Amino acid sequence: MSRRQFWLWRLISVGAALAALLGANALIISLRSTGWLDDYTYRVIMLCGINILLAVSLNLINGITGQFSIGHAGFQGVGAYTSAAFTVFVVSPWMRERGLQGTPTGDSALLIAGIIAGAVCASLAGLFVGIPSLRLRGDYLAIATLGFGEIIRVTILNIEQVGGARGFYGIPLLTTFFWLYLAVIVLLALSRNLLVSTQGLAFLAVRDDEIAAEAVGVYSTRIKVIAFVTGACFAGIAGALYAHFDGYLNPDNFRLDQSIIILTMVVLGGQGSITGSVLSAVLLTAVLEWLRFLPTITVGGRAFSPSELRMVFFSLMLILLMLWRQTGLLGRREFGWHVVRQYWRLLRT
Amino acid sequence: MDPLLSVQNCTMRFGGLTAVKGLNLQLFPQELVGLIGPNGAGKTTVFNLLTGVYRPVEGRIIFQGRDITGWKPHAIARLGIARTFQNIRLFGSMTVLQNVKVGARLHMRTGLWHASWRTYSMLMEEQEVEKEAWHLLREMGLDDVAHHLARDLPYGEQRRLEIARALATHPRLLLLDEPAAGMNPQETADLMELIRRLRDEYDITILLIEHDMKVVMGICERVIVLDYGEEIAQGTPQEIRTNPRVIEAYLGEAPV
Amino acid sequence: MEVYLQQLINGVQYGSIYALIAVGYTMVYGVLRLINFAHGDIYMLGAFVAYYVVTGLALHQHPSVGNFLFVLIVSMAVCALAGVLIERLAYRPIRNAPRLTALITAIGVSLLLENGGIVVFGADPKYIPTVLQSSVAPRGGLYISEGQVIMLAASVLFMLILRFIVMSTRFGRAVRAISYDIDAARLMGIDVDRAITLTFALGSALAGAAGMMVATFTSVKITPLFGLLPGVKAFVAAVLGGIGNIPGAVLGGILMGIIEAFVGGSALTTYRDAIAFMILIIVLLLRPGGILGKAVVEKV
Repeated sequence: MSRRQFWLWRLISVGAALAALLGANALIISLRSTGWLDDYTYRVIMLCGINILLAVSLNLINGITGQFSIGHAGFQGVGAYTSAAFTVFVVSPWMRERGLQGTPTGDSALLIAGIIAGAVCASLAGLFVGIPSLRLRGDYLAIATLGFGEIIRVTILNIEQVGGARGFYGIPLLTTFFWLYLAVIVLLALSRNLLVSTQGLAFLAVRDDEIAAEAVGVYSTRIKVIAFVTGACFAGIAGALYAHFDGYLNPDNFRLDQSIIILTMVVLGGQGSITGSVLSAVLLTAVLEWLRFLPTITVGGRAFSPSELRMVFFSLMLILLMLWRQTGLLGRREFGWHVVRQYWRLLRT
Repeated sequence: MDPLLSVQNCTMRFGGLTAVKGLNLQLFPQELVGLIGPNGAGKTTVFNLLTGVYRPVEGRIIFQGRDITGWKPHAIARLGIARTFQNIRLFGSMTVLQNVKVGARLHMRTGLWHASWRTYSMLMEEQEVEKEAWHLLREMGLDDVAHHLARDLPYGEQRRLEIARALATHPRLLLLDEPAAGMNPQETADLMELIRRLRDEYDITILLIEHDMKVVMGICERVIVLDYGEEIAQGTPQEIRTNPRVIEAYLGEAPV
Repeated sequence: MEVYLQQLINGVQYGSIYALIAVGYTMVYGVLRLINFAHGDIYMLGAFVAYYVVTGLALHQHPSVGNFLFVLIVSMAVCALAGVLIERLAYRPIRNAPRLTALITAIGVSLLLENGGIVVFGADPKYIPTVLQSSVAPRGGLYISEGQVIMLAASVLFMLILRFIVMSTRFGRAVRAISYDIDAARLMGIDVDRAITLTFALGSALAGAAGMMVATFTSVKITPLFGLLPGVKAFVAAVLGGIGNIPGAVLGGILMGIIEAFVGGSALTTYRDAIAFMILIIVLLLRPGGILGKAVVEKV
């Protein structure tokens, strides 16, 4: 293939992807305006996108590079809060002075600025967590990342300027379907490219056997740090998009519970499987939302509301998953027809 | 001729235990040298010192004129020292082909950035790597299992794969840790043939640790004997075989 | 000066509670190399059992040592049973699974206990009326309540009994053997399953005792989530002392308690809970083996 052929193909494929995205965006907008798509379903669609970002970015660290990181919500929180602080306190006033507030291009630019701020800060957090963690293995690493996640949360809790325990109100609602799913597509493309490349094999090598990896020239320290920083960066992007979707942030959104939910998505889908993470993120988001509509059960005079049962269901699912299918839905492989055939065969026996 | 590798007075201690004491060793280009000694003599420790897994508490290691004492394993690998392990360490979840490619990755010019964005130069280089990996697999007789998972291979093939992966890094010095362990006579003979061929075709120096004396006597030009971390003899296989100190180390004191 | 002494006393007393919980963590880690995230929730269970027994049998209307001991024993028994159940149902099936699986299972069990607790007990905080006269007596300017003294005495007693069990009984030897090499222990004829079950029972009983005493003697209101933070802090204490090491857990617990008492009384009080995590990170980075532990080297 020649250079020119390559660029032609590249242009076509990127163009096609963008066109598809714009088309989907237009569809969503028209469905919403005619009332076909209600606000709640739209919210679920958007949450799916955010959770895909979170699950895939965590998978990069856990599944692909084999590091136990269970403080991912901390990175999301850093991204969310710093992006919100940036848009609300820095860029918005600047824009208002120049009368750019409220225009479509203005809004997009504002969102991009926020996302960049969130991504940069989250990446720094990833560096901050990743570097000390390099010396730790297994359980110790998991606990350390958990600890970092909590330290981040408590620090945010103590910053009065972003609302502390009361929460951060008044974040401009800038996240659109287009920008969110553009981020999703970029992350998925990046991950997939890495996994099919020879350079990307370095991550898997570090996961499988760090000593052997070093013996063939893989600088495991650098690989682990890259994994942490990239994973944190995209978690931060997810956080930024989330902040500008909800308009409100609270440190409670980024507690250990949230980290566990993201971890469950990764484990359910299969650690090391990108498509697995996508599938399970969508599945779990949908299920968690659907659970809200369960009727309130009354047993022996005591009413059990769906929100309480939600987490019970969730934890039971986690335990059963570990007992019966540790490798998740897709294990380490990506989704392909062979997987469908396998499950089909399983169902028929 | 300048030595390819020069180990100068190296000592390695683990707490109170001295595993290697005052080791002096030189390897010249294209040599095929054996490192033998009873169990616990410190042979694998020497390999670990050479590849940077351990840092000697005393002494220096010079490779191709550079002092690599205290360098980290990945840097030493980049410089041209490759190894296999006593207990096979393959990347079990990856395929045979992928294992070899990781070795080839070492000398790629395009990096992670190019790989993430799938640039033209990356695609071109991937083709090269693919070609080279397949060539190596064919050389080692592993091309028919190229897409099998490394951990599913039978033992003998796993050992060959480890060697293939090491070769993919284009080493100047190859360290083989008990390559014939667990092999039957036929496999051992094939292995000896393979090692000889590798040294001739790839212009590399090979240092191998072995317990199987057939292999050592059969292909090594020079043999170094270790006991309790110290060198007790060095010479041709013939000289070693009749050296009383060596016999004593392996069999205990000779009857009077 | 008196302020410091007071804080020291409080610290030792919190610390003894952390020590009781930490011992359970460290024993389980020693035999299974598993961090039992659910342990803090056993502590919570102990408190709730105490609550239901006291209010159910209206024992607070007849405060006496006998009643106190009764509630204590019931709490410990129920928690021991819970610990054994968890081990058999959730941890035994995955004993040979990779570490991350075990970790996630433990997290799942913890979440189940917490959320199950919310569902069954209700999330509203409950207060246990006292079963024992607990007067706050100033002695030379320091405030020590009878309850604090009893808690400390009970903790010390339990610790001594545990030490006796671990050092001088067959079971204790078995546990120590398993913590070195579980396969070798099995080959030596040790009934590993039974030893592990007993370990869980003991550790959970101690955590239950801790929970019961805290709920009964302090003015803390209990909720299903109230085991979370003490559990984490006790875990940090175990790591601080050297995970897998029982005296280490006791030492770590006391130290944690003292550090917390001093931080709580100082300017950094809002960061009091984060201090535990910071200590954890520092220990893991500088001396992962803990104060009394040793480093492990991987053979290449």
